[in-house]
Amino acid sequence: MSEAAPSKPTPVTVLTGYLGAGKTTLLNRILTESHGKKYAVIVNEFGEIGIDNDLIVESDEEIYEMNNGCVCCTVRGDLIRVVEGLMRRPGRFDGIIVETTGLADPVPVAQTFFMDDDVRAKTELDAVVALVDARHLPLRLKDSREAEDQIAFADVVIVNKTDLVTPEELARIEATVRAINPSARIHRAERSKVELSKVLNQGAFNLERALENDPHFLDHDHPDHVCGPDCDHDHHHHDHDHHAHGHDHDHHHHNHDHACGPDCTHDHHHHDHHDHGHKGEVSPIHDVTVTSISLRGGEMNPDRFFPWIQKVTQTDGPNILRLKGIISFKGDDERYVVQGVHMIVEGDHQRPWKDGEKRESRLVFIGRNLDREKLEKSFKACEAAA
Amino acid sequence: MPTIAPLDLDSHVVTAQFIGSVPFFAAADGHVHRLDQGLKTEKVHEGLLSAAHDAATNSLITGGEDGRVCRIRPDGGVTELAHVARKWISVVAPGPSGAVAFAHGKVATAITADGKRTEFTEERTVEALAFAPKGLRLAAARYNGVSLHWVATPGQPVDLEWKGAHTGVTFSPDGRFVVTTMQENALHGWKLDTKPGSDTRHMRMTGYPAKVKSTSWSVKGKWLATSGAPAAIVWPFSSKDGPMGKAPLELGTRANILVTSVAFHPAEEVLAIGFIDGMILGVRLSDQKEALLRRPGKGAITAMSWSLNGKLVAFASEAGDCGVIDITA
Repeated sequence: MSEAAPSKPTPVTVLTGYLGAGKTTLLNRILTESHGKKYAVIVNEFGEIGIDNDLIVESDEEIYEMNNGCVCCTVRGDLIRVVEGLMRRPGRFDGIIVETTGLADPVPVAQTFFMDDDVRAKTELDAVVALVDARHLPLRLKDSREAEDQIAFADVVIVNKTDLVTPEELARIEATVRAINPSARIHRAERSKVELSKVLNQGAFNLERALENDPHFLDHDHPDHVCGPDCDHDHHHHDHDHHAHGHDHDHHHHNHDHACGPDCTHDHHHHDHHDHGHKGEVSPIHDVTVTSISLRGGEMNPDRFFPWIQKVTQTDGPNILRLKGIISFKGDDERYVVQGVHMIVEGDHQRPWKDGEKRESRLVFIGRNLDREKLEKSFKACEAAA
Repeated sequence: MPTIAPLDLDSHVVTAQFIGSVPFFAAADGHVHRLDQGLKTEKVHEGLLSAAHDAATNSLITGGEDGRVCRIRPDGGVTELAHVARKWISVVAPGPSGAVAFAHGKVATAITADGKRTEFTEERTVEALAFAPKGLRLAAARYNGVSLHWVATPGQPVDLEWKGAHTGVTFSPDGRFVVTTMQENALHGWKLDTKPGSDTRHMRMTGYPAKVKSTSWSVKGKWLATSGAPAAIVWPFSSKDGPMGKAPLELGTRANILVTSVAFHPAEEVLAIGFIDGMILGVRLSDQKEALLRRPGKGAITAMSWSLNGKLVAFASEAGDCGVIDITA
């Protein structure tokens, strides 16, 4: 409807994590390191941000239910107001970072960037980044649903304070994170030291980029571990984690391109596995209520798929935290990507299928109380006749 | 074709407002410009968020990212009325005889002409404030409704409830109605002059394709014009029950070009309609005759203001291309 000059939307990074997980330390790093970019930061309390930056805005988390009868259609009213104010003077900064309180539900924050037309016209959600305190995560997961939601909802999970736990504990923590959210990128950090290029400018919600940057995010031959900058651990010994985790794979011949830090010295050729399916099984320390369901099918019939995804998100929307997928439609030479938050679903053609690329459809649901069997069956029913 | 005296500023301009015979332009970068025998500029805020005309004292009230609330006189003189460290003042409202209200977070503060301050704390964030036309009565829009406070006499507020987030509030000039703009694309209204004990009279005004950001009452409050559609939506308020059961007028309809600002003439039933592409139309209600006042410009019209004699219209734009239209030319 607008005829105003189209300008590039300003990227917004949402930073979640429990109190003490290291959000403030990370924020201070983003604001002080010389990366040539300026960020406006929306915080709940000025707290310990020791930076004199006139672009730090204090804002009370204010959750508004939309008056449309949908309980999961929530937005953050304060963000709408503050973002509108900031975007009147867009030349001042390159991006916006929203820091949430430890107990915050990340969903209304994310939905604000989809549901409010004014916010959506000028900004673009870049990624939801969750900081996890490696030492305290098990306890957090026992006593709060928010900690689990934050991980389940994230595009990037930073397992922080890795120096405070043993390698075995760390491996368990990562397995737990992976069990809650198989599609997030995981990075290790001490004192929130993570390369900012792994936090900012991720394009995780951008349909064009989301899957291009991370072509394996839906592959279940995706490794379930990641490495920090000082990675020197022995990957051959990961078997116990994998098994605890319900991976049914062979560790002896397969290459994969898992994410490692710059100083990673391990031998990538020996960390082998095939097609291990994360079944959302959990490590014993984790009181998990979130599950992820990965669906795989052949070429789809769009006349069946679209009504199906509409129906699933309408009926199961409140239980779906995130969904992401790549769909191959019969007779269509382009990949179709979809993603969603609760009842909001977006989809678009992304790029032509490459020669030799297997034309199949994959979809991941992360949520609660999802009926795996029903989803698998109804997804399969959307396949086009051979 | 009317003539236009352009004023090109390099910032989003929040408000255009005649103060006496001088047009003021309040920019988001904190500068307030005025065309008073040439362009004059005052730096008032480190980032300006809100501005409203105080007719009682003929001044402009502004709120900023610097936590300050200021009054700007026609000669450009600035007085600081309040300062709340590290808070954004995104809501200001002028009241009768020099009273001013502002809000940050859940707290609304009223300052009367004698300097007395009264604070009202709501359960949810105060999204907007408006004084009633008579008496020191302040309406605070918030989540799930509006709270009506008597500023001078302490006591429980009257709560006007309606589910949803209310982002703007205005009284009809006769004080009989309170109308809010909402986060969803709708207005909500309450009739205030119901008999004690009778049910609250609600008015739902819906059907907008976008949020309503601008409202304007016609002279004597017979009509309420609103933005938020590809035409100005003008609701009839002259009957006892307001627009209940009545269809609004749709004026200046353009295919898919959203109206972003509306301003009624001070004496006649003529409406200035500003669009997202910068175009401005003038429309007479009686015969719905349209006149082009300004061709499309660089950005959406954010505000318009008529001079007291009704011959000039000052307009502000998101892109900074502002100006004053002389409709008699």
